[in-house]
Amino acid sequence: MENNTYYNSADLKKFGNIADWDKNLAAKFFDYYGEVFKEGDLTAREKSLIALAVAHTVQCPYCIDAYTQDSLEKGATEKGMMEAIHVAAAIRGGASLVHGVMMMNKAKKLSM
Amino acid sequence: MIKSLHARHHQLAQQEKQVEYLSNGIFKEGKLPTFQQKIKSVNFFPLKPAALEIFQVNIGYMCNQVCKHCHVDAGPDRREIMTRQTMQQCLNVLAQTKIHTLDITGGAPEMNPDFRWFVAEAKRIGVQEIIVRSNLTIILANPKYYDLPSFFKEHGVRICSSLPFYKADKTDRQRGEGVFETSVEALKLLNEVGYGKEESGLILDLVYNPTGAFLPGDQMQLQRDFKKELKDHSNIDFNSLLTITNIPISRYLDFLIESGNYEEYMEKLVNAFNPAAVPGVMCRNTISVDWQGNLYDCDFNQMLGLKTSSAACQHISDFDMERLSRRDIVINQHCFACTAGAGSSCQGAVA
Ligand code: SF4
Ligand code: SF4
Repeated sequence: MENNTYYNSADLKKFGNIADWDKNLAAKFFDYYGEVFKEGDLTAREKSLIALAVAHTVQCPYCIDAYTQDSLEKGATEKGMMEAIHVAAAIRGGASLVHGVMMMNKAKKLSM
Repeated sequence: MIKSLHARHHQLAQQEKQVEYLSNGIFKEGKLPTFQQKIKSVNFFPLKPAALEIFQVNIGYMCNQVCKHCHVDAGPDRREIMTRQTMQQCLNVLAQTKIHTLDITGGAPEMNPDFRWFVAEAKRIGVQEIIVRSNLTIILANPKYYDLPSFFKEHGVRICSSLPFYKADKTDRQRGEGVFETSVEALKLLNEVGYGKEESGLILDLVYNPTGAFLPGDQMQLQRDFKKELKDHSNIDFNSLLTITNIPISRYLDFLIESGNYEEYMEKLVNAFNPAAVPGVMCRNTISVDWQGNLYDCDFNQMLGLKTSSAACQHISDFDMERLSRRDIVINQHCFACTAGAGSSCQGAVA
């Protein structure tokens, strides 16, 4: 099928097809995946919000689609979902900035 | 306040148009299997009733609210209202059969001038369980309703009330500006007379339905969130949270179409089809009666104008338990909402 975009929203529903070319590994992965999202010490809603934040960090459109919906289903508020993304953004921004110390260390060493 | 589809002369106000919409499009083109095909594949076609336990009587479409998702298309402009004579016919059936629950719904059933008479008579003839689907805000809508909590208590009524979320924003977007706050006030009044308190035996259940084009989450987990939030913020107690999947008819169907979510929502419902939920669909233990006394397999079919099979009886004056028990339930694509995931009924999840 001819497709001029890298991403196609219909592909999300075909996620399971990865099993076509390696059944064993796919089964292990989906099994694990299902287990991860079960309620544990963290509630299913908390896990969904973490997934949503990570989805924005790895910038996966499929995951953003899936976990926006999942978060709503789990009873998250829109504000809560935005807060989760800010957590991702803060860690992302912070991760760059904290490396500034590395830069400073190196620069200081190199400079007179 | 938004207006009912009826008041807007919207084409979806016509029941046949809705049925047409649900029968055509993606289903006719074969992109999605029909409900009939789907239940056939798991040997539930034709869908047959189990023992009749619940009489759900819709005593009128008038309502003080105009919620965006309302499957009744209720509102202040709706004039359809059940007469005392039809109520009496319902009571006669209840007196003669083993149906243990009378489930009174609307609109806002309390707005029917004979509502209290109906409840009192049902109690007098010994109906085991009387449920009233109260929208809560009606209690504070007019001084003549202020004593409803004590009336409910006096008659041992079980209350089922919609509250789609434990915060104002989402609730008000679906049910109207200020509805959350008024609902909380009403819940407090119900709590005050003992509703929702463990020891009292007075049952107050809340009904959750998604505030958009998505499915309800796990009933127990949502109940836990609701209990905690409503207790912490408003000191409110209730018994159970019943999760209900939005049925793609009437104003919710209009929302789905207008927001471009219709096909995806239907696909979601079809993909979430759970064979284990089929035996629990409410049409198997319920008969729905409309304001004129016509009979339906459920309140949703009532809104679509899909009466009980003509091979059974179709009017309360003609009620025949035996023929009804042999009927085939009338189905269409909206039924997928009852069998998605953990299933959905007026008693919440079923599987
Ligand atoms: S959902 Fe209930 S409260 Fe809202 S308009 Fe419909 S009948 Fe009235
Ligand atoms: S919509 Fe009505 S007829 Fe269809 S499955 Fe649900 S309860 Fe039964």
